[in-house]
Amino acid sequence: MNISESAAGPAEPDRRRPADDGGRGSPSTEPAIETRDLRMRYGSTEVLRGVDLRVHQGEVVALLGPNGAGKTTTIEILEGFRRRSDGRVRVLGVDPNDGGEAWRARLGVVLQSWRDHGRWRVRELLGHLGRFYAPYATARRPRPYDTGELLELVGLTDRADAVIATLSGGQRRRLDVAVGLVGRPDLLFLDEPTVGFDPQARRDFHELVERLTGLEGTSVLLTTHDLEEAERLADRIVILAGGRIVADGTSAELARRFSGKSEVRYRRDGRRYVESAVDATGHVRGLFTEYGEAIEDLEVHRVRLEDVYMTLVHEFESGRRTEAPSELTEMAR
Amino acid sequence: MSPQAVAVRAGLQRARIELRQSLGNGQELWSVTFFPVISLTVMFLLRHSTVPGTDFSLGAHSVPGILGMTVAFNGMMALALSLTMDREDGTLLRAKATPNGMVGYLTGKVLCRGGTAVAGLLIALVPAVFLFEGLELGGVSSWLTLAWVVTLGLLALLPLGAIVGSLFTSAQGVGFVTLPMMALMGVSGVFYPISALPEWLQWVAQLFPLYWLGLGLRSAMLPQTMAAAEVGESWRHLETIGVLGLWAVAGLALAPFVLRRMARRESGSAVAARRQQAMQRMA
Repeated sequence: MNISESAAGPAEPDRRRPADDGGRGSPSTEPAIETRDLRMRYGSTEVLRGVDLRVHQGEVVALLGPNGAGKTTTIEILEGFRRRSDGRVRVLGVDPNDGGEAWRARLGVVLQSWRDHGRWRVRELLGHLGRFYAPYATARRPRPYDTGELLELVGLTDRADAVIATLSGGQRRRLDVAVGLVGRPDLLFLDEPTVGFDPQARRDFHELVERLTGLEGTSVLLTTHDLEEAERLADRIVILAGGRIVADGTSAELARRFSGKSEVRYRRDGRRYVESAVDATGHVRGLFTEYGEAIEDLEVHRVRLEDVYMTLVHEFESGRRTEAPSELTEMAR
Repeated sequence: MSPQAVAVRAGLQRARIELRQSLGNGQELWSVTFFPVISLTVMFLLRHSTVPGTDFSLGAHSVPGILGMTVAFNGMMALALSLTMDREDGTLLRAKATPNGMVGYLTGKVLCRGGTAVAGLLIALVPAVFLFEGLELGGVSSWLTLAWVVTLGLLALLPLGAIVGSLFTSAQGVGFVTLPMMALMGVSGVFYPISALPEWLQWVAQLFPLYWLGLGLRSAMLPQTMAAAEVGESWRHLETIGVLGLWAVAGLALAPFVLRRMARRESGSAVAARRQQAMQRMA
């Protein structure tokens, strides 16, 4: 893999929130999601084998993993759509198995692909679904979202009166997100939000999610099997493989833990240099001190998490590995 | 207003929106009216035959039964079908993901299907009145009887539709129910008085709501003298209320339980799995 591809690299820790702050909104409040030793069995197959997951208020966490890692199962348990086999789960302080309608009203759910309400009009559906949330409005969170405002937010204003079945794939997905948001949720679930998207639609969607998560202090748990997406959208990445969490941290943290090095490229006196450094910032500072303006075309790349992740996925999928590597489980602590 | 009341009102909105969609769509309108249109056409060709023992037109005599079947198809069967289809496309899961969404969804669906059933009946009734002689719809009492029979019939049939729709996971499954429905139609006196049938078959027919719905409608639309062609030579209103009422009570008692069970099983991966199956069937 060509390292310079990461030039515009999402691996850089220039996130909306400080990368190393791990993302707790306010430490005094309970986490939005907390699971301990979450287990799920289908017959004799154990899909989740002790998942300890924590999402803080206002935090955006990506649950990353290969197909079949148990991401969807996890998210469905958290959404209250599926009963776990074992373990402790709290979502907004409530066990999803006992979650009532008031609890439900604080969640937003965007599933992998919706095809529902094809004959309804966009504005009609948002208005209709919004009504259910009105009794659950609070001073801090007026519910539901105003339909016009919501349409503006997801960029569907000019399609407000369109019949839903006539929307393009990307527009449909925006509508799904709008429906997920219509109750102004405290916690939003996004399950594989961009599967089947072309690059432009993906980029638009990412921009939309970034815009949303900046607002309102909504916590977000999104699943994806795409590392780049996780790096781009999430404050913190949790890698699920073989039914366990094998890594947990900001993308910068993970990259550091996996390789610990950055690659520094530059030109000096017409010659190209490629050096690798643990402390890239210090290294560059040293270069400038020593050579000053002679340094040109400077590029710093963190060694990509992707390579390590791909190896991991491959090993789990080929069945060569069923347990997480020890250096990774250590990180998950 | 309580959250449940809000959900019921949202359900009314759903019924209004979906009713407008159904009746404003040519294809759907045809699916609502094709049964009465075809049946009435056939019976029109047979209009010179008479009900045995009378000189009353067999065609006119069959009109109330055909309207009853129209109500059963557009109420019960269409509700069952739309429940399975809504599970396939995720509408039901959407309801589950919404606070009190199932209350709103079911309110909307049941009212919409009830509304389509009544619309189907009225749409078929208009040409029937012109095509067949002998129907008596001039009196207020005819319309009152029609109203309570259809209401009670829907109360008996709609919960059954909800139950059938919950038990079968695919539209094909509901299709299987159509067969016994047709058989039941054959013995329920829709096209021919059941007094002509062997006695045991008469008993079978009288266990089910279809017969009573048809009987009630005949009592509303046919001359009093035609009661002579019925079992017991009477319109048997009390028995009609009794049997339809029992089905309604049993259905309404059982439906929430079955619907809850169905809703509990609904999840994103369940929807995805069903879609997968549906796609394989098409391939």
